Amino acid sequence: MADTLIRPPADAPPPVEERRRPPRVRKTPVTYLLRFIVTAYLFFLVAWPVSLVVTHTFDNGWESIRSLLEDPDMVVALQLSAYVAVWSVLINTVFGVGMSLLLVRYEFPGKRLLNSLLDLPLSVSPIVVGLALVLVYGGRNGWFGPTLAGWGFDVIFSTPGIIMATTFVALPLMIRELVPVLEEIGIEQEQAAQSLGASGFQRFVRITLPSIKWGITYGVVLTLARSLGEFGAVKVVSGNVLGQTRTATLAVEEKYLNFDQQGAYATAFLLAMVSVACIVVVGIIRPKNNH
Amino acid sequence: MIWFSALVLIPLAAVVVTAIDGGWDVFWTTITNGQTAAAIKLTVFTAAGVTAVNVVMGPLIAWVLVRDRFWGKSVLEVLIDIPFALPTIVAGLVLLSLYGTDSPIGIDIANQRPAVFLAFLFVTLPFVVRMVQPVLEELELDVEEAAASLGASRFTTFRRIILPSLTPAITAGAALSFARGVSEYGSLVLLSGNLPFKTEVTSVRILSSIENDNVAGAAAVATVLLAISLAVIVVLDLIQRRVAARG
Repeated sequence: MADTLIRPPADAPPPVEERRRPPRVRKTPVTYLLRFIVTAYLFFLVAWPVSLVVTHTFDNGWESIRSLLEDPDMVVALQLSAYVAVWSVLINTVFGVGMSLLLVRYEFPGKRLLNSLLDLPLSVSPIVVGLALVLVYGGRNGWFGPTLAGWGFDVIFSTPGIIMATTFVALPLMIRELVPVLEEIGIEQEQAAQSLGASGFQRFVRITLPSIKWGITYGVVLTLARSLGEFGAVKVVSGNVLGQTRTATLAVEEKYLNFDQQGAYATAFLLAMVSVACIVVVGIIRPKNNH
Repeated sequence: MIWFSALVLIPLAAVVVTAIDGGWDVFWTTITNGQTAAAIKLTVFTAAGVTAVNVVMGPLIAWVLVRDRFWGKSVLEVLIDIPFALPTIVAGLVLLSLYGTDSPIGIDIANQRPAVFLAFLFVTLPFVVRMVQPVLEELELDVEEAAASLGASRFTTFRRIILPSLTPAITAGAALSFARGVSEYGSLVLLSGNLPFKTEVTSVRILSSIENDNVAGAAAVATVLLAISLAVIVVLDLIQRRVAARG
């Protein structure tokens, strides 16, 4: 599903196939009708609402953003969001590469099952994710929670829990990016390297890693966008303690419910900026890989 | 493997086990409880309705993006991805600013059923479009022209040539958007008001059970959602295998 973000660049030269075949689309009234319907639909569903948030944020100029950044609790929330996102990206990158290699290079029983189950985090409700983590790692009566708490390690209602929830929901993005790339590059080069006496580690660092470099980059960007924006799962596991376990997304809800619309819109604006930036970055760097 | 189990499989298994622990009676009374049943019904029906809209609009949008050329098309491309990348809570706020109480166009559907529909529509927008788009790009214009030269009308060409090749992609996108709709939570918090029997969806119901310390009840409802997610994944897998088999 991560490849839902694949799209041809806006201003890149047309792909070879299209040059061979000049556009010969007939313009009929239907063409214009369809064009109009689609544009209107997207305008009312996405463009207008999003632009309203921007205008609401700047109702008083930069004032609302400045006051947001001066609020110590808000700064902590933003820092926490960033911290959690970075950890989630790190964990998903390391294990994502491992899992992808496992899925592409090795045959083992249950591989198809594992492959299907990997999509689960994308289709399961974030609330269910949160509930599941509480049931297993909850401090009072989870399966492993009391043991871990005995070692002085609280998961739920503290930062590790938030990181786990975020990692969970963003898990498939990296793997779905890497598996097609790994399948395409094959193993001939590595076999050649092996025959020349390269060790496993050398082969990975010198051959595999450079060829999946771009795949990893998209994976990181997508994971980052998803991690910063996670709300439902974090809400269940974090406990939402002001200044401690409240992330930026939780702060948006809190502010809106407390009639601090300016603050809510400003926070939403910051988060939206990051996600739009991520989309644009993916759009810009992806085509380079194809040429 | 161990990492995946610890993070994903064991927690999800715990949900099912907790639900079963309560026994079949508890499970059944929980999900047939008036409020919960209403929530599940609302969620499933709305998700199905939204999926139906997406099945029509998705290919239409993909068609325009692939076959048409006009100024500003790249902006539309970015717009499609916004619902996917936008934090869900922000999505709720975004929709509220246009369709909420101080709406500039006078449409106020906050705290009403259409709000749920609208939120689902927003978050599931990219799925069908992005599944259909690559398939449509691969499709050879020559085949259509051949059909046309043999006297097929545009409608016949569409129905006999284009639609059959898009069907797997549309179905896969529909399955994903249905799953996403059923499990949606973040965008509804602010928009729908979560009124019991009226705009309360399943995810919200689970959360309120958790907050009332009714873990068994929460797990029972969560199991229903899990079953739906699993069903969707099985459908996706079957589609993939069919496409692969066809070559």
